[in-house]
Amino acid sequence: MTYVKNRLRRTMMFVPGNNPAMVKDAGIYGADSIMLDLEDAVSLTEKDAARMLVYNAIKHVDFGGAEIVVRINGQDTPFYDEDVKAMVKAGVDVIRLPKTESAEMIQKLVKDMEKAEEEYGVEKGSIGVMAAIESAKGVLNTPTIATATPLMMGLAVSGEDYTADMHTHRYPDGRELEFARNMVLQSARAADVYAFDTVFSNMKDTEGFYRETRYIYELGYDGKSLVNPRQIPMVNDVFNPTKEEIENAKNVQNAIREAKAKGSGVISMNGKMVDKPVVAKANRVIETAKASNLIDEEGNYIGE
Amino acid sequence: MEIKTIGVAGTLESSDIQIMISKGNDGIQIDLDSEVIKAYGDQIKKVITDTLEKFGISNAKVKATDKGALDCVIAARTLAAAQRATETTDKPELEVLQ
Amino acid sequence: MENKVNRELPDNLMSEMNLKPFTSATIGNPEVQRVAPKVRVTAGEDKVVDSLDDVIKNNLKDGMTISFHHHFRNGDFAFNKVMDKIINMGYKDLTLAPSSLTGVMNDKVIEAIKKGVITNIVSSGMRGSLGDFISHGGLKNPVIFRSHGNRARAIEEGDIKIDIAFLGVPVSDPAGNANGQDGDAVFGSLGYALIDAQYADKVVLLTDNIVEYPNTPASIKQDQVDYVVKVDKIGDPDKIGSGATRFTKDPKELKIAQMVNQVIINSPYYKQGFSFQTGSGGAALAVTRYLRQSMLDDGITASFALGGITKPTTDLLAEGLVKKIMDVQDFDKGAAASMAQNKDQQEIDASWYADPHNKGAVVNNLDVAILSALQIDTDFNVNVMTGSDGVIRGAIGGHQDAANAKMTIITAPLVRGRNATVVPSVETVVTPGDSIDVLVTERGIAINPKRQDLIAAFGKVPGLQILDIKELQKMAEGQVGIPKPLEYTDRTVALVEYRDGSIIDTIKQVKD
Repeated sequence: MTYVKNRLRRTMMFVPGNNPAMVKDAGIYGADSIMLDLEDAVSLTEKDAARMLVYNAIKHVDFGGAEIVVRINGQDTPFYDEDVKAMVKAGVDVIRLPKTESAEMIQKLVKDMEKAEEEYGVEKGSIGVMAAIESAKGVLNTPTIATATPLMMGLAVSGEDYTADMHTHRYPDGRELEFARNMVLQSARAADVYAFDTVFSNMKDTEGFYRETRYIYELGYDGKSLVNPRQIPMVNDVFNPTKEEIENAKNVQNAIREAKAKGSGVISMNGKMVDKPVVAKANRVIETAKASNLIDEEGNYIGE
Repeated sequence: MEIKTIGVAGTLESSDIQIMISKGNDGIQIDLDSEVIKAYGDQIKKVITDTLEKFGISNAKVKATDKGALDCVIAARTLAAAQRATETTDKPELEVLQ
Repeated sequence: MENKVNRELPDNLMSEMNLKPFTSATIGNPEVQRVAPKVRVTAGEDKVVDSLDDVIKNNLKDGMTISFHHHFRNGDFAFNKVMDKIINMGYKDLTLAPSSLTGVMNDKVIEAIKKGVITNIVSSGMRGSLGDFISHGGLKNPVIFRSHGNRARAIEEGDIKIDIAFLGVPVSDPAGNANGQDGDAVFGSLGYALIDAQYADKVVLLTDNIVEYPNTPASIKQDQVDYVVKVDKIGDPDKIGSGATRFTKDPKELKIAQMVNQVIINSPYYKQGFSFQTGSGGAALAVTRYLRQSMLDDGITASFALGGITKPTTDLLAEGLVKKIMDVQDFDKGAAASMAQNKDQQEIDASWYADPHNKGAVVNNLDVAILSALQIDTDFNVNVMTGSDGVIRGAIGGHQDAANAKMTIITAPLVRGRNATVVPSVETVVTPGDSIDVLVTERGIAINPKRQDLIAAFGKVPGLQILDIKELQKMAEGQVGIPKPLEYTDRTVALVEYRDGSIIDTIKQVKD
């Protein structure tokens, strides 16, 4: 397992790290990323046991090709050091640091990971990091957090803790999260890392879940954190490109091929120059369409 | 490794195993309760014994209540219980796990 | 001798009991002779009686065969009431031939066996303490397990000769016109009991609800009934079935259900007027929800749904997505109530439902069946009878019968706890792999190699992970490891018949 900077990350499913039944089956639902949790989902008295369980699961359980992220305990806890060492030794894909408030915290994490990588003979730089932004301070520092290390995979908004820190709580319309969501996204985009939205835990409110997912998709988020596998197809549904978007993306890719064939450095389509972000977007659209089985091997549209 | 107290780890939830380790003086004695004891009893005991021996415990009484745990879970729970029993949880010995 | 699914059958038992080994799932066109019951002629003036004791005393003799139905499930009061009296009156050597045995009957059956009252059992299945008791050699003569369709066949052909049928009903009139739809203890279709009413020499109805003559609709008819016994309470409505069977919330079962739906709607059978049977298990039932949406989206309606019926299925009938329900049994109150209200929910008896030796059963018209499995092996043979410890804990039910569908889908998680569901060889073959077409697990689907047409059809469906069943088996083994083989004694505790009465497998006494 090696960290891959760019890949599809629409869904990041949270799995309690001390629950063998849920850990065992985490790989069957088609989540792009699976986040095994050592932090909030594990009680203080079970931190040692959960760490061992997650360690062994990473080594032995078939997660069906999903990216494996582990949320370790915070740097202000006595569990942090051993969590980092264990997850490096296990060879996880990404370590997620909770309650990130500064670039220094990320840099400390990276240094601790490097030490562990050396100790266990793990290739340096083979594990990515991500920052969970859960406070006002964290939100204001996202520009430097996002650029704190070349190993930064992405930023995630954590709505519960953040709203508590802001002296409010979650509301159905999400206005209380507006600033944080935009700030995290802006910083992530500027640093060319991924942006993940917070969880939506009311499983009964399907409509609310779709509304929130559509909203963060429109903002430009890469993916959403999930608490239940049943939410995976719903997120994918929202993130699926339309037929028009796919056709357009194919045209862009054709234009690239043509330009390459002609040996031209300038890509043009319908007489207009195609810029880099447009090329990147086209690639993302095609990748998503493939993952959601909207196009076949040859790239023909087969969605409904 | 000296057993200082009774160490318990794991739960009685499905796919888990609860391991309780206490002092013993006649090798590793395992009292196993499992729904799959006929098919996997020997294997479960082997994983527990191997894990304890690798950790450095050669005498212990083990009470194991299995709810269909896979080997990787059994080993993790055994190590957690052993480290609790020897009061060494602050230094996790992950190399014991395969 | 070895039968066609490679099961070793004990020669002595086979010749002693004059049994045939299983050869093929194809029934063909044999000519069979049916039997007819003995009738004590009456004008019907003396049917209603208060004393169950007198009915038993005047009719039952040692060595006879008695039958019951299991429509009350765990809310059944009829069985224990009758058996208590039979035990107390000191009868011996009876054969118990119920449509199936439910948990509430277990203790009484064990008591009757221990006292020598019951010395033979034929049933669809058994679970819990009784299964355990039988698997540990509690009964001298082997139990015979038959599917619902096969039981109808066995009764019609005289393999089971019922001397007295004790049939609990929620309503009857004084002449014996009865149904399962009115009264306190309603359960809907009386499908399995109708065969007993038709073929038993003596038919004894037990009910707590005698209404004015004539009671209609009459499922059991007065011309078949000898006695109507009034009892205080015939069943516990709360334990017969829930109000409405709930959809599972288990994400793994939902995932499997979604995949099953993909299999159905991408099959050549999914077209206007198709038909299906779903079980009542978690994943099988959840299929109904996904199938409903697909049918709405595609503008497709089904000509009929078959089998054990639940409210989610009768909802489809009310919505017009299913035109008819062919109903042999109802699993919840919602489905039972729907039968009383909707004339398109047709009550069918076990023979009409699934008998292999008649002039065409509904299962022969079935397109898609969704069935469950305790185990399935790499030859697609299915076990729904014994657990991974070799102990009896299941029932054939309509499994072998519904597997006659044009496409039979087995739903099963790859592993349950530490038990692999997909195994190299099942402990007990109940339904031969020949009649299974598709296996759906959470990790992917496997298609029976003899169905190249389905392999071609599903190969084109994006997102449908098709694997060789051997790969699925290896995947399961990779997770749970290789189990130590179970140990049995040489003693046969049960015989599993195929639909035509041939022996498909035997169950041995477990060694502990």
